[in-house]
Amino acid sequence: MKRISIDPITRLEGHGKIEIFLDDQGNVANAYFQVPELRGFEAFCVGRLAEDMPTITNRICGVCPEAHHLASVKALDALFGLTPPPAARKLRELLYMAFYVTDHTTHFYALGGPDFIIGPDAPPAERNILGVIRKVGLDTGKQVIACRARNHEVIKKLGGRGIHPAAGLPGGWSKPLTEEIRREIEQTARENIDFALFSLKVFDEIVRKNPIYLELITSDLYLHRTYSMGTVDPDNRVNFYDGMIRVVDPEGGEFVKYAPEAYHEHIAERVEPWTYLKFPYLKKIGWQGLTDGAESGLYVASPLSRLNVADAMATPRAQEHYEEMYDVLGSGLTTKGRRKPIHHRMATHWARLIELLYAAEHMLELAIDPEITSPNVRVTSTGVKNREGIGSVEAPRGTLTHHYTTDERGVLTKVNMIVGTTNNYGPIAMSVKRAAEQLIKGGQIIEEGMLNRIEMAFRLYDPCLSCATHSLPGEMALQVVIRDSGGEIIRTVTRGGS
Amino acid sequence: MKPKFAMYWASGCGGCEISLLEIHDQILRFAEVFEIVFCPCLVDGKKEDLAKLGDGAIDLTFFNGAIRNQEDEDMARLLRTKSRILVAYGSCAMEGCVPGLSNLSTAADHFEAVYLKNHTTVNPEAVIPGSRSEVAEGILSLPVFAASVRSLDQVVAVDYLVPGCPPEGVQVEKVIETFVGGSPLPPSGSLLGAGERALCEECPRVRNVRRPTRFYRAHQQIPEEGVCLLEQGFICLGPATRSGCGARCPRNNMVCIGCYGPPPGVDDQGAQMIAALGSMLDPGKDCDGEVERTQRLDELFSGIVDPAGTFYTFSLAKSMLGGKVGR
Repeated sequence: MKRISIDPITRLEGHGKIEIFLDDQGNVANAYFQVPELRGFEAFCVGRLAEDMPTITNRICGVCPEAHHLASVKALDALFGLTPPPAARKLRELLYMAFYVTDHTTHFYALGGPDFIIGPDAPPAERNILGVIRKVGLDTGKQVIACRARNHEVIKKLGGRGIHPAAGLPGGWSKPLTEEIRREIEQTARENIDFALFSLKVFDEIVRKNPIYLELITSDLYLHRTYSMGTVDPDNRVNFYDGMIRVVDPEGGEFVKYAPEAYHEHIAERVEPWTYLKFPYLKKIGWQGLTDGAESGLYVASPLSRLNVADAMATPRAQEHYEEMYDVLGSGLTTKGRRKPIHHRMATHWARLIELLYAAEHMLELAIDPEITSPNVRVTSTGVKNREGIGSVEAPRGTLTHHYTTDERGVLTKVNMIVGTTNNYGPIAMSVKRAAEQLIKGGQIIEEGMLNRIEMAFRLYDPCLSCATHSLPGEMALQVVIRDSGGEIIRTVTRGGS
Repeated sequence: MKPKFAMYWASGCGGCEISLLEIHDQILRFAEVFEIVFCPCLVDGKKEDLAKLGDGAIDLTFFNGAIRNQEDEDMARLLRTKSRILVAYGSCAMEGCVPGLSNLSTAADHFEAVYLKNHTTVNPEAVIPGSRSEVAEGILSLPVFAASVRSLDQVVAVDYLVPGCPPEGVQVEKVIETFVGGSPLPPSGSLLGAGERALCEECPRVRNVRRPTRFYRAHQQIPEEGVCLLEQGFICLGPATRSGCGARCPRNNMVCIGCYGPPPGVDDQGAQMIAALGSMLDPGKDCDGEVERTQRLDELFSGIVDPAGTFYTFSLAKSMLGGKVGR
């Protein structure tokens, strides 16, 4: 049996590895996406003080510490039985919207966007952020950098630090917002809205008006009919900070809607001996292996899945673009009148820009809320009220859940976390296999094209293995080693990174 | 010919890479001076390519992340051999950081917590991922999970250390300046990008106002503005932490948790913190005899529930304590 190892060598070095086995006809027999690292926060957080978790769990991921900080602090609210004052909740959300703007911007322009803006078959040397800037103009490049910088400044001012915030406490936030800084943030939010609208225009002009890219979006190469997951508000609109978890089936019907506290009744995780990362699946459907369809418990938690489970966006301009996306890529309504989900995974990039606009609009709503500068940002407690606390937010890469159990002193006795990217482990593995199957046939291997298209299969999920293991998401160089059944290397194909 | 630069991450969170983005255009100057030969987060490169280089062929290597598994260790050894100057960049590489808290439990504890006794794991056959596993089509391998987390200098010799979780932007600029500024390099073994005092010296909060009579945990009390957090009874690691970050957390009404490691001249951060507490607390002065003194001390210390986790959040792997006794 022939064997192909894809060793992602930049950005996922040692932390993500693909092994493809070919059968006697030279077709793909199986593909394994291995995650070769474990850090074990669930183990070493036992014995720690519950209230230290927002700063400890920041260190799960330097790319999205804000998501861990907030999921953690919400678990603590539950544990200590505290309801944060309205201003504290709004400050948490405000920081989170600024974070979403930087994170989604980075993905679109620097990581995922190059495939569209430059083109999937352009030379790799061009397919990077510098190539994007050449194509869309230097001014745009400067705008991208300025967007990151101004929102980073907001995060620093609200969270106390630029990376790994230090402000979340059970029952609130460490510091109120001054009127002076509020005004700065309001200005930033307005600029963010303009920037998000501009980004959607870039997408419209460069991607949607190009039939080649549109075909790529709607190609079967990246089609998977799985369940979708996301958080919704009481009106079933997308919410990043709080709400109910809604799961819809591949046809668009609501499968279940549950409070995040009940997550363990709905999600189970599978252990495979060949990878350190577990595979989450819908408990009531069960584990059927790495397959899609309504019979398989695999689900996706991503910008696209969040839009798939929602009935609407919570802000007006995002709503317009949301409707437009479903008009173009959707397939009508279910018998109950819901929009049917979009299963073309490449649409995740479009969904991400709609979320960028929502984050910017909601950031402005929060920034002009008179209550946001209230000095009342904390309530205290003598100790834990409950022995168990569960907190959940929508991380950019999927639903993030922290679950803490403590003794009567508030010392952790058990910790469980299901992080954004981990939700998507099964679907990512499946997408990689699908891409390999279609690109390797009868022993014929499309060289450069295969490498980039396999890479695109998981780049669209913006996998942040920092969370799942650790690593930066993004463009990577790949090497495919083809071995014969004796393990002898018969061919090597390499493709450089950005 | 430009000097050659490499950067590698082992077991970390990615925050160290992000910290390098915070220095904006200065990174371009760095890129002008150095030729980047190996840097998984920026450019193409492969372990085999690295192995082909001559010994000492790389002039400068930044290594971040701790040594968690066999692969981390192999890369540390390889990069040491290939690098003239090896820098432990950030808290993980310097002293193990938060993942170093791992050393309070065994490898078996880790597998049990993640794969066996877990709220969502369904694992009736008690499968534990292993270094070698047989699948229908062949054999798959994974790096071996080590018994403990080690800092870089516990595995190979290190020339410079950069503290911080992650290093603050203003300090990263100084580190870069050290290598591109043209001045003679500091003596081997120096810390770069850090202050030379204890964190308290750059904290704006007023000290010597009061002595703590009890300790508070973060959820119990809202701190008074402008007054030393430690003196208010919050366990702030300022006296046991190196300056350099600008006291960001105390300025934000949060205690220092020690991410810049011990101050100059101190090897063990936790021991230093205990000494600092010892000098602050004085239950004896107006105590009525030994019984009351003991009682007061007991009360005081009952407020410190997880001394290993609190005093060694970042430095456990490198500390005298090291980890769980008897491991």
